Amino acid sequence: MTQVETEIQLLKKEVINMWDLVRSQLMKAKDSMLSFDKDLAREVVLKERRVNGAELKIDRDCENIFALLTPVAVDLRFVLAVLKINSNLERIGDIAEGIAKYVLSVETPFKKELLDATHVTKMYEESINILEDTLAAFENEDTILARSVFKKDEFLDDINIRANKLIEGYLKDHPEDIDQALYILSVIRKLERVGDQSKNISEEIIFYLEAKVLKHKHSH
Amino acid sequence: MESTIVKAVDYNAYFGDNHVVKNVNIDIPRNHVIAVMGPSGCGKTTFLRGVNRMHELIPNATAKGQILLNNEDVMQMHPIFVRLKIGMVFQRPNPFPNLSIYDNVIAGYKLNGVRLPKAEKDKIVEESLTRVALWKEVKDSLMKKGTFLSGGQQQRLCIARAVAMQPEVLLFDEPTSALDPISTSTVEELFHELKKNYTLIIVTHNMQQAARVSDKTAFFYMGELVEYDETKKMFTNPKDNRTQNYITGRFS
Repeated sequence: MTQVETEIQLLKKEVINMWDLVRSQLMKAKDSMLSFDKDLAREVVLKERRVNGAELKIDRDCENIFALLTPVAVDLRFVLAVLKINSNLERIGDIAEGIAKYVLSVETPFKKELLDATHVTKMYEESINILEDTLAAFENEDTILARSVFKKDEFLDDINIRANKLIEGYLKDHPEDIDQALYILSVIRKLERVGDQSKNISEEIIFYLEAKVLKHKHSH
Repeated sequence: MESTIVKAVDYNAYFGDNHVVKNVNIDIPRNHVIAVMGPSGCGKTTFLRGVNRMHELIPNATAKGQILLNNEDVMQMHPIFVRLKIGMVFQRPNPFPNLSIYDNVIAGYKLNGVRLPKAEKDKIVEESLTRVALWKEVKDSLMKKGTFLSGGQQQRLCIARAVAMQPEVLLFDEPTSALDPISTSTVEELFHELKKNYTLIIVTHNMQQAARVSDKTAFFYMGELVEYDETKKMFTNPKDNRTQNYITGRFS
């Protein structure tokens, strides 16, 4: 194996580890929200530093590969894609932290009726699924799976679009829950961003494997 | 619209029974820098030497097919005329050791028995050395021997010697492999300038050099022209797996 191949394999492992960390952060933030577990939420906030550290390390490793090994062709596309995937993953990490901070801010557990009415739990599951699909697509170099993310993201967009109306309807019957409802609306907005970040990541996976640029195109 | 200056049509080259360049077809556009790369023994230098009929100078060497210069078959031209129109610069700087810088530049005229008035010779020397960005460095020592210069300067002097003959095409065979990084970078800068007036075909082992200096790159492997495309395309998304394997160093 050439040195550039070895370095790229190591970089790939690092990115997969970061992906696992971000996924775990997102899942823990969800569990803390559903079970009103403030300790778990605190853990997510603390571990955010680890996500930031991983991002910086990957950036530095990419910089070294560019400077020392001058990658070309598929290797070049891989390192370019990793740089962008890295920053998208870091933002998903920020989102998990943001949701955990909401859990730390509310005083009572989120009401099941509110969670059901807004479909936020379903949306949360779907956003974790999408993130897992992007990871599998990256690990297995599977562009078909990467492309399936575009369709799944539409589901998240759809819930996000309907969120205002659903919250409005819920608040008519439960005006006392306005505080909780606004937090849930913010969670929905954040989860919609997870979908967008995953879509960006999928575009980078396709760029690296097929040399096709899908960014800013309406249909994939 | 790019016009083609050199074109190879079904070009084959042999050393005895050894078929070293296999059916190459390539269009080289005017005022471009073309890099030719490939592993040792892939036929790239033999192809280059075929372009200005240097190949036939080797005993036992034969060729089939055509090399066209401005749509005319070079085999139908006088070889001296071909080499005036298509100059060549080699791996190691090879100024004539017994000649001054001045005489090195106009050596092509002298060797061909062309007698020029002093004023015209002066003009050719100044213009040629200016074109290779050497004039300012040597204008006060034109009568010193060419070998007095540094390696990078000597190579630029050899380029000036080729340029003095007013060629249309310049062939370079590993032109910087014997130079230090600073001289290499000066010569590479020069390529960008030279392409305004000439078409450059450069054989290089240094892939990063091919990427830095050329507009188009040709990849040869086992005598075949495997891929020929815009350099940007070749180094970001080559079509052929053999090209990808070669440029990423995964060649077994």
